[in-house]
Parts: sequence; structure tokens; C-alpha cells
Amino acid sequence: MAANKRNATPIKPRRSKAEKPRRAAGAHSASTSLKDRLASWREHHRDSLRDALHRINLSRASSTMTILVIAIALSLPAGLAVLLDNARAITRGWDGNAHLSVFLTMDVEESRQRDLARQWEALDHIQRTKVITREQALAEFQALSGFGDVLEALPDNPLPPLIVVFPDSTDPVTLRDLENRLAAEPGVDLVQLDVEWVRRLHALIELGERLISALTLALAAAVVLVVVNTIRLGIESRRDEIVVVKIVGGTDGFVRRPFLYTGFCFGFAGGLVAVILVQTALWWLGGPIDELLTLYKSEQSLTSMASSSLIILPMFSGILGLLGAWLAVGRHLGDIEPNF
Amino acid sequence: MIQFDRVSKRYPNGKDALSKVSFTLPAGQLTFLTGHSGAGKSTLLKLIMMIERPSQGQVLVEGQNLNGFGNRHIPLLRRKIGMVHQNHQLLFDRSVFDNVALPLIIAGYSRADIGKRVRAALDKVGLLDKEKLNPIMLSGGEQQRVGIARAVVNKPPLLLADEPTGNLDPALSEEIMDLFQDFARVGVAVLIATHDLSLIARYNHRLLTLREGRLIHDGDDRDGNGTGDPHGR
Repeated sequence: MAANKRNATPIKPRRSKAEKPRRAAGAHSASTSLKDRLASWREHHRDSLRDALHRINLSRASSTMTILVIAIALSLPAGLAVLLDNARAITRGWDGNAHLSVFLTMDVEESRQRDLARQWEALDHIQRTKVITREQALAEFQALSGFGDVLEALPDNPLPPLIVVFPDSTDPVTLRDLENRLAAEPGVDLVQLDVEWVRRLHALIELGERLISALTLALAAAVVLVVVNTIRLGIESRRDEIVVVKIVGGTDGFVRRPFLYTGFCFGFAGGLVAVILVQTALWWLGGPIDELLTLYKSEQSLTSMASSSLIILPMFSGILGLLGAWLAVGRHLGDIEPNF
Repeated sequence: MIQFDRVSKRYPNGKDALSKVSFTLPAGQLTFLTGHSGAGKSTLLKLIMMIERPSQGQVLVEGQNLNGFGNRHIPLLRRKIGMVHQNHQLLFDRSVFDNVALPLIIAGYSRADIGKRVRAALDKVGLLDKEKLNPIMLSGGEQQRVGIARAVVNKPPLLLADEPTGNLDPALSEEIMDLFQDFARVGVAVLIATHDLSLIARYNHRLLTLREGRLIHDGDDRDGNGTGDPHGR
């Protein structure tokens, strides 16, 4: 190992000296070495980026306008997506609480009620049952509803005996079957599937997701079009330069590059501003929403954008800008050809 | 260097801009190209630059048939050609140095190399002390020399000039012509399109005369009237 190392070290400089490519004698004046060209290509990328930023800065008013349009277009779906994420997080815990409230007829005695509950525990798809006697129901109702005084004024306890049935499945068909079966049992007055509203909420959330997807698509297209238009104007204003670059042998890629960078920069800046807008809006809404959540006895509080989104949104927006620039350049650069 | 072999160009509107034009431009020769406007001078230059393609015949540059070139070869062809324009085609949003450096940046020269070559080219046209100025601050003659510096900074084997002295007085024209002759002397093929007959008459160079798309004269300007046409047309 050590011997190898000793052997290897002196060889290295000798080899690199021997293999150093010699430039062919009498090479054409216009040719440059690959290394130079790569370095120059990198330099041109850097220059293109710097040039793009410089030009965005030069036409500050119109650039700001473009960036704001992009930011507003993106902050709408991004903000809604954050709110929807929150809604999903809040309702996530509610699935487990799916249960059927089986109200028995008033004439069912407490012992009969407990028998039924025990029998049902043996049925398929029932995990456990919980007996709530009329007295328990009354006590709970008085404590929670604030109608205690009214109830006391009534001659009889108006609440029916209740068996809460916890199913071992949340499959809608199973639940529906169970509901029907329990409804047919003797002594059962009414079966209420308490999971229904959770399912409605989920359906609403899914609808929201679809709407946001459609909105995102439409507004992403708007961002692309805004950039297309901005770049088109940029191309128009740099017509002379493009002509000269083409005359002295600039490739389409060379001509295209600064515009692509400009498009990306507009998109990226718009995305950054969108992040700021969304975060500001969430901060603004945070207080009332947290209060609302407390009122609904949720332990969740409003979560802001995931930290990954802070970079994903500007990158996504940058790519939209790049796409817009690409479309504009592809459409309009061909129109500009040298003439004399 | 350049060879035209029975080249015809018909534009989509049916106008024949060139008909069966044949000639050869060797390296190291300065050649005038003349003719009335519309005679086909511009079309001829455009064919060399591949701004247009011939309808018939072939154009060869350094022995390579341009008909076989796709659009992606065009930039590489143009890097071999220095082009000087009547209106200079300078960019006024950057310095003289940056204007001249443009072809080198495009061709991918290293930054250090660019500095050396740009200064050499500016020195050649006598504008070394103006590299930091914006070309808009220069006189017409100086602007034209910046244009020439940009055309030759890449040391192209071929130099095309379209009315290079069009807007210049005789003394300035002479300076410009001296530069072109210097380039021809070091082996560059120089083709100058002009209808400045007095300029042609002052120098005894090869003259190509176009009339209505046909090459009607190829040789010395023996008559000394700058047209190569004994009738002086």
C-alpha cells in the first residue's frame, strides 16, 4: 500500500507533461482549443446570467410589473394549496372516530340494552360497542348543551337509550350493510352513521384539490404567456444586436442563451415574491384561523408552507419562465436574419 | 478561397438576381465588385454569407460546397468571413472594445486571448486609445474602422465589404482602402462591393462588374473609368 503510494506519486507529473496535447501546427486562425471553448462557454453562461439580471434591473418598472404578475398568479394556487394541506391535516384524525349511533326505542330496559350491546359485539365488522344509558345521555347532554334547565323542566327524560357501535372498517359498503343490519334488529329505532359528514368533507377536499390543480394549470399557462410576451419585447428591442451576433457567426444557442436566462430570472423572482406573498397572507390569517381551530377543539394550528416549497415554488416558476422564453425565442428569433 | 460556379438566384417573387455567375477569388487578392443597385451585388454577398441560398449552381468557400451545409453550419462558415457594412452595424450599448471582442467571445477565445487580439486589431486600425469609448462618440470614419477591426479580429481568411466607403470623404476612403490592401497583402481574400467608381478607378485591382444579374466583366479596370465597361455604363 505504502509502496504503491510511493511509486504512484512521481509518475503523475511526468504523465501529464507527456500527454499534454500539442496544438496542430498551422491550425486555422479561427479554431480554439476545447479547453478554451469550454471555459468560454462557461463564461458566456455566467455573462448571460449577469446580462439578464442587468437588463431586468435597467427596465426596473416593467420588470417589477412582470415579476408581480407572475407572483400574484402563482401565490393564488400556492396559498390555496397550503390551506387545503391544513384542512387535510386537521381531518386526518377523524377517520378513526367513525362510528354508528344506534338509538333504541324508549321502552328498551337498561339490562336489555346491555344484552344487545354484548350480542352485537359478536357480529362481523364490529370492533366494540359502548352503552350509553338514558341517564348517562341526560347527564352528558346537560353538561354539554347548556339546555340543562330546560331538560329539568321536562317531566320525563326525553333521551333514548343509545348503543355506540365502532366498526373495524371504514369501507362505505360495509358500513352501509352494518347500518341496515342493525336497523333491522328488534328494539332499534334509528341508526345514524356518524362517518357521513367526514366523508362529505373528504369529498369536498378532493374537489378542492381538483380545483387547485385546474387553477394551477391555468395560472401556470398565464405565467408562461407573460414571460413569452416580455421576452418577445426584449428580442424586438435587441434586434440590432441579434443581427450582428448572427453576422459574426453566433450560433442560435449563443443568441438564445441570454433570453433563456432572462426568462428563468423572471420566473424565479416571481416565485420568490409569491412565496413572500403566501407567507404574509398566512401570517395575516394565522390569528383568526388558529382561533377558529381552537373553537373546533382541534389541536392543530395553521401550518405555513413546507420549507421545501420555499425553494420548489421559485424553481417551478423559474422553469415556467424558461419555457416561456424558449417559446418566445423559438417563435421570434428565426424572424431576425441579417440583411444588407 | 471563394468559387462561384454558374450560380443563379431567383427570388420567390420571380426576380432573377443572379444568372449563371462564375468566378474565383484567390487568397491574397483584393477584388472590387460593382454594378448599379439591383445588379446583384448584395445577393452575391448574401450567397457567400449563406443569408440566401443559390437556386442553381454552387458556391464553394475554402473548397467546401455551401449547398451541402445545413443551417447549423452557417455560424461556423460566418466565423471564417469578416464582414464590413456601410452602416458599420456597431452596437451602441457597449464599448468599442466589447464591439470588437464579440466575434472572439462567440468563437470561444479565452479572456486573456481576447484582450490581446482585440488590442492588436484596434492597433491595426489606429484606434487603440479609444477602446473604452462608446462607438457613438466616434466619427463616421472611426466607426467604420471599428467595424473593420471587428471584421478582422478573428483573422478570417475572407473579408467582405459592402460599400465600406459609402459615407466617407475621399481622404477617409483612402485610409480604409489602405487597410484592405494590407489585409490582402497578408493573404486575406478581400471582396469590396461598391458603386464608388472613382474609388475603383484610383486603384488598379481586379474588378467584377454585374449588370442585371450577369457578370459582364472580370479583370483589370483597363479603361480606368471604374466600370470595366468600355461604354462607361
